[in-house]
Amino acid sequence: MPKWSGKLEKVDDFRWRIPKSYKPGMRVDGLIYTDEGMLPHILEEQALEQVANVAFLPGIVGYSLAMPDIHWGYGFAIGGVAAMRVSDGVVSPGGVGFDINCGVRIMRTNLVKEEVTPKIKTLIDAIFYAVPSGLGSKGAIKLRSGEIDEVLIKGSRWAVGKGYGNKEDLETTEENGEMKGADPSRVSGRAKERGTPQLGTLGSGNHFLEVAVVDEIYETEIAEAMGIERVGQVMLYVHCGSRGLGHQVADDYIKVMLQSMPKYGIQVPDRQLACVPVKSQEGQAYLAAMRCAANYAWANRQCITHWVREAFCRVMGISERDAGLELIYDVTHNIAKIEDHTVNGKIEKLCVHRKGATRAFPAGHPDIPKQYASVGQPILIPGDMGRTSYILAGTEKAMQETFGSTCHGAGRLQSRAAAKRAASGRDVLASLEAKGIQIRAGSLPGLAEEAPEAYKDVGDVVRVAHGAGISKKVARTRPIAVVKG
Amino acid sequence: MKRYELIEHTADMGLAAYGKDLAGAFANAAYGMFSIIAELEEVKEVESRRIEINEDDAESLLFEWLNSLLYYFDVETIIFKKFDIMEFGEGHLKADCCGEKYDASRHHLKTGIKSATYHMLEVDRAKNRVQVIFDV
Repeated sequence: MPKWSGKLEKVDDFRWRIPKSYKPGMRVDGLIYTDEGMLPHILEEQALEQVANVAFLPGIVGYSLAMPDIHWGYGFAIGGVAAMRVSDGVVSPGGVGFDINCGVRIMRTNLVKEEVTPKIKTLIDAIFYAVPSGLGSKGAIKLRSGEIDEVLIKGSRWAVGKGYGNKEDLETTEENGEMKGADPSRVSGRAKERGTPQLGTLGSGNHFLEVAVVDEIYETEIAEAMGIERVGQVMLYVHCGSRGLGHQVADDYIKVMLQSMPKYGIQVPDRQLACVPVKSQEGQAYLAAMRCAANYAWANRQCITHWVREAFCRVMGISERDAGLELIYDVTHNIAKIEDHTVNGKIEKLCVHRKGATRAFPAGHPDIPKQYASVGQPILIPGDMGRTSYILAGTEKAMQETFGSTCHGAGRLQSRAAAKRAASGRDVLASLEAKGIQIRAGSLPGLAEEAPEAYKDVGDVVRVAHGAGISKKVARTRPIAVVKG
Repeated sequence: MKRYELIEHTADMGLAAYGKDLAGAFANAAYGMFSIIAELEEVKEVESRRIEINEDDAESLLFEWLNSLLYYFDVETIIFKKFDIMEFGEGHLKADCCGEKYDASRHHLKTGIKSATYHMLEVDRAKNRVQVIFDV
């Protein structure tokens, strides 16, 4: 793969610009959030070409944005954010990705590391057993005929209605775990067939469950509002998405868009950027189906949350109330949303694509839970299995610069093949255990692909997001046990 | 002749597949895809599914061919290893695909594939070579 050698101008220590003069057809500049340390890696691949390509899309406003964890994706870069005017702009399934509403949630607990460590092996075994994970796994949830449509409309609320979790969980989930405007008649039979047996499964790849410990708190007041009280406090992460249902929705609608683009006179530099006007019948159908997939993913994380809680309480011999197992927040990483933003001093309705990026709304925004009204939306940034993860808060600066968006994770450094050449699954397992991190994984080669060394240090990514002001560091956690899908 | 080779991609994974003709390259792309997913030596040829696809062009045909096989893997858990393409045209394909339902006691699954993508997707009619990047 050749190095990227396009036009790039340094704006300040955290911002680089691709001027629209780089390629005829770019409607706006590209803006990349990074620093001198991470930039060389970004230039080794074609991620910035993808940022430039996204700038071609009709109706794009502001910049074609790249968050600090940017890496080479398909069509859009991973870590890409692009906002299009609803009035005359487009929606692109490639700008959301195949794993619609892949996302992460974190639960707090009242327990500290010393209470959990003696039982950590039993605990992670219990979680591994309770949540079907890995390739080929089937869920324990049996849906009656047609019930999948209820899941697609109600999302987390369907799960809570079935006894998976409680209604407080809905308040601390982005969109309350139930995106409005979901229409199951826009989801193909194939998508529903794929999704039905997989509900309540983690999946594979970078999906995981993690028992973590708070190891640093940066903003005491904000952390307290989020229920993060002390160093050593135990936290639980769930990271997964919409499984085969979301993948099929993306497949189906990329095809629809490729067929429809000529009708709307749209040309794109990469077929994976296929798009149609937001207001078109095809655009509205995609959004209605995408919201169904998003709701499925929230229902999925909600069911998994319930099993993780049960396993935790059983092993620790404690009630859910005493354990204080409250959901801090649940964020989505792969989504397109219709939001109001200020563009050139005027409020506009935009279709904001976040592809491997997290919403980062500030204090006072009407769309964030009331308990976070004064501190900003919690943002959860999982790192790799061996190092750290971060909890951040949304800022006003993100609203001004990035349509209320920030990074979503560490971002890969090595290809999967390179990671497997560097270390076997067994080596990775041994080195993590030596660090005191218990691992349970369905597949050893899969584990090797997810080795910590294959990822950037999430600390570098977060330093840029914090330094640029598009989110604020609140706390950091370290894993003590991980289930890898 | 090499049936396929892997293409490294930072977050994802891809392959280039070759054949005596384009149909052969399509069959080898499917074989390569299931080689990423599972150890195929352990898989018997006991289940068969007929797949028929009609698309506007060869690129969409490749995308749909691979994603249809992933659909069968998701819904019926069939790991395919043999692909007999009986009819093949610019936008048309009919194939009998053989493999076995996943059995955790005998099969080893490796890497999950979410979907084939259009990114860098190529169908080279002159060289009977196809290329695809997967979202994994």
